[in-house]
Amino acid sequence: MELVEEILNGDFRAIAKAISMIENDGSEKEELIDRIYPKCGRAVVWGITGPPGAGKSTLVDKLIEQERINGKKIAVIAVDPSSPFSGGAILGDRLRMQEHATDPGVFIRSMASRGHLGGVAGATTDAVKVFDAAGFDLIIIESIGVGQTEIEIIEVSDIVILVLVPGMGDEIQALKAGVMEIGDIYVINKKDHDGADKLEAEVNYMLSLKEGDQTKNPVLLTSAIHNDGIKNLISEIQIYLKNIQESMELQKKRKTRIKQEIKQIFSGKIMYEINKKINTEIMEEWAEAIYNGDISPYSFINKKVQTFLKEQK
Amino acid sequence: MTKKVRVLIAKPGLDGHDRGAKYIARALKDAGYEVIYTGLRQTPDSIVATAIQEDVNFVGLSLLSGAHKELFPKIVELLKENKADDIIVFGGGVIPDRDISFLKDNGVKAVFTPGTPIADVISFIEAQ
Amino acid sequence: MPDNRDLIKQKKTWESTTVKKVTDRFPERNENFTTGSWLPLNRLGIPNYEDKTYMDKSGFPGEYPYTRGVQPTMYRGRLWTMRQYAGFGTAEESNERYKYLLNQGQTGLSVAFDLPTQIGYDSSDQMSIGEVGKVGVAIDSLKDMEILFGGIPLDKVSTSMTINAPASVLLAFYIAVAEKQGVTKNQLTGTIQNDILKEYIARGTYIFPPTPSLRLITNIFDYCSKEVPKWNTISISGYHIREAGSTAAQEVAFTIADGIEYVKAALDTGMDVDVFAKRLSFFFNSHNDLLEEIAKFRAARRIWAKIMKERFKAKSPNSMKLRFHTQTGGSTLTAQQPDNNIVRVTIQTLAAIFGGTQSLHTNSRDEALGLPTEKSVQVALRTQQIVAHESGVANTIDPFAGSYIVEELTDKIEQEVMEYITKIDDIGGMVKAIEKGFIQKQIQDSAYKYQKEIERAERVIVGVNKFTAKEEQPNDILEVNPKLREVQIQRINEVKENRSNESVQKKLIALKKAASTTDNNLMPLILDAVREYATLGEICNVLRKEFGEYKESIVL
Repeated sequence: MELVEEILNGDFRAIAKAISMIENDGSEKEELIDRIYPKCGRAVVWGITGPPGAGKSTLVDKLIEQERINGKKIAVIAVDPSSPFSGGAILGDRLRMQEHATDPGVFIRSMASRGHLGGVAGATTDAVKVFDAAGFDLIIIESIGVGQTEIEIIEVSDIVILVLVPGMGDEIQALKAGVMEIGDIYVINKKDHDGADKLEAEVNYMLSLKEGDQTKNPVLLTSAIHNDGIKNLISEIQIYLKNIQESMELQKKRKTRIKQEIKQIFSGKIMYEINKKINTEIMEEWAEAIYNGDISPYSFINKKVQTFLKEQK
Repeated sequence: MTKKVRVLIAKPGLDGHDRGAKYIARALKDAGYEVIYTGLRQTPDSIVATAIQEDVNFVGLSLLSGAHKELFPKIVELLKENKADDIIVFGGGVIPDRDISFLKDNGVKAVFTPGTPIADVISFIEAQ
Repeated sequence: MPDNRDLIKQKKTWESTTVKKVTDRFPERNENFTTGSWLPLNRLGIPNYEDKTYMDKSGFPGEYPYTRGVQPTMYRGRLWTMRQYAGFGTAEESNERYKYLLNQGQTGLSVAFDLPTQIGYDSSDQMSIGEVGKVGVAIDSLKDMEILFGGIPLDKVSTSMTINAPASVLLAFYIAVAEKQGVTKNQLTGTIQNDILKEYIARGTYIFPPTPSLRLITNIFDYCSKEVPKWNTISISGYHIREAGSTAAQEVAFTIADGIEYVKAALDTGMDVDVFAKRLSFFFNSHNDLLEEIAKFRAARRIWAKIMKERFKAKSPNSMKLRFHTQTGGSTLTAQQPDNNIVRVTIQTLAAIFGGTQSLHTNSRDEALGLPTEKSVQVALRTQQIVAHESGVANTIDPFAGSYIVEELTDKIEQEVMEYITKIDDIGGMVKAIEKGFIQKQIQDSAYKYQKEIERAERVIVGVNKFTAKEEQPNDILEVNPKLREVQIQRINEVKENRSNESVQKKLIALKKAASTTDNNLMPLILDAVREYATLGEICNVLRKEFGEYKESIVL
């Protein structure tokens, strides 16, 4: 595969093509990942999440700016939702990062969720591998930011930065349900807006209720648009990463991530095989049998599974 | 294989009239495409870099200020320099007929003037 | 049956006070007005039945709430100012076009600047490539401005300049040119657009973020109230909001909400509302839906008067009068069958006149194709002149008042506008509403709906989705010299050779220092720099460094 060579050389066009191949679930995807995988494992992955309008993209823009000064090569994956009706999407996050468009040390890729739930795209995990193999030091994933189901970001990142903003009203209540717990670092952006202090106190209070937590989760104030608090955020990120590395927490995280991936790929493959078997005709036939009331769904399907497993041997 | 068509809608130059660009972006989304929108005041360099990183199939340029003769061909040329001339460039805006053939001669595949129905743009994309 | 005796009495009072005060100094154009067939034509029609809401809702022209017009005699006293927006290429070419327009009977100038000028880049800047002289004239330094107004006496013409983010610099150029002509600041009349909020919403030629931009604007208010008292310091513009696809009511709502924000900003600096409010002016669009447009203009006047009086406690009537310029709707013009545009422009002209505009620009038939030719500019101007002199509509005031449907539409638009204003207040004002993308989203949704209707042919656009015809485009479309950028760069180099670079640096450093604080008025410092031939780009770059640059907030 010529593409692999080019990716390892850091060629932008090749990286972009590879990611499309992953997104489109192309036939050569697996071979590609097989070939680049040995080169992976160097990059650090930051996940950025938070509600819409919190200023995530602007924050990412400033993080890029600062980390470029620190000499890092950075890739960004910005995820936006696909329309459930048309399947189309408008990918507008990169708009706020366009100043870095021509920087040879920055690669920004917009990704549509394509029906994948959980706040990231199905292709995100493999895209991270491509960037990693291509020599990027830092990969930033900006998740969709729609609310309650945004938890998959944990499964793709070494560290999750949850961005909040004052004046969300009841939304914070909704977030508390699940998303509020996924942050490793909490950022209260737009700190110059009314209510920033109150929100900070609320977040601190919520964190104090977290049971049996070993690591302290920093709560930071920023004003991304004014480039205020960014350096501090980065140094807190570094400290946090160092801590979890020393406590072996990071390694544990990464392994958990691999387990998750195994499950996903595995069940994906099984589903694929099953879907191949159960075409609409067979489906019709089975439904007919159950519909007629001759046999219950459980005993019917148990029998079919037995047959299926036998055939696979 | 679930291949999606990706389109970059870009505003080169300094023109701030984005009603048309935004309309196209939204209409193409509704037609099932993945649309990347750059925002205003993009240089040819940043448009080409974006097109490459986003691995788009099409770049749609919108410009109403009259600078199309300078800027559109420049973008085509830069794509070629970056070995990305498989990306198809089309354009739209206040563009007189006599400039359309000039733009086409310079690598712009299609030009849509005000009043073009979106269906024409979509069938152009589908035909490629 | 109840009668209108009270109203007749009130009208007599109006005539003997408000009207007389004006006619004593400025008699009407004719002693008696008649229709084309010599029927006598009354100055002002009033209800011939008892109407208890009349005084609250309508009142008399030149009186609160100004629904029927801001002047007591309206066009019977003086016709509106016919002001065609023009400018392209070099200062020399535009100067020639201005002289032509003045010769054709135009009564005021309106300067279009190219995009680099509007965004504060010199022609030599990399960002200016392709754009120099395209949508207007390129101005880099005082030198260009001297050429632009060469042979045009600035004490005799009023000049409107479509300039926003760098408005203070262009106003400084204008003052400096006037000084060279021996015209003093207090003689100057004209308008700068100076409306940054709608740039963030709809037009896109912003430079700095909202806070320093509002500071520059209030600096101008303050400076002009003392030094250039006859200058309209802002033209709060709904035109571009409408062009971006808003509805008529949204156009008024967001424009007035912008106005509220400017008034608040000026009050925050400690200015007295009656000092600056009389120099605020407005700029609206005129579209094809004749009745809705008439209602829109009438509603806008009534709303502004109420807001200034009730919310901002203005005392001077001049602070409550919504004076406005109108331009016919550029986005209504079609590239197909361009001659049809003349008819559209005529309808829109009528809407603006029935709506009581103070000045008007009529678009040229070929503007959907490119820059207008001299011939099509002439037809556009003639359209206004025909309406003014042949149609008779200028001979009586606010003729659509009392039309059941127009009054109903006026009320409806007022109501929708007030709902928006409440909503924007709830968000925390216009700047916040823009930063949140609320305003942009409202406009985009309307624009999308409109376009979809055209696509589905539910809305007929003649020559576009119905009554189409195969046709050849006219080939007399104006083209700007593509070598223009080089010409301008050459001139910048000459200016830089002939000025004292040391003095320029000194003035720029002084400006930088003042910009870094918040309490200095920057206007005098910009004027100092301009007089030394500092370029527009040099001045704006100093401010860019101090203020930062705005990034658009997009919601799609």
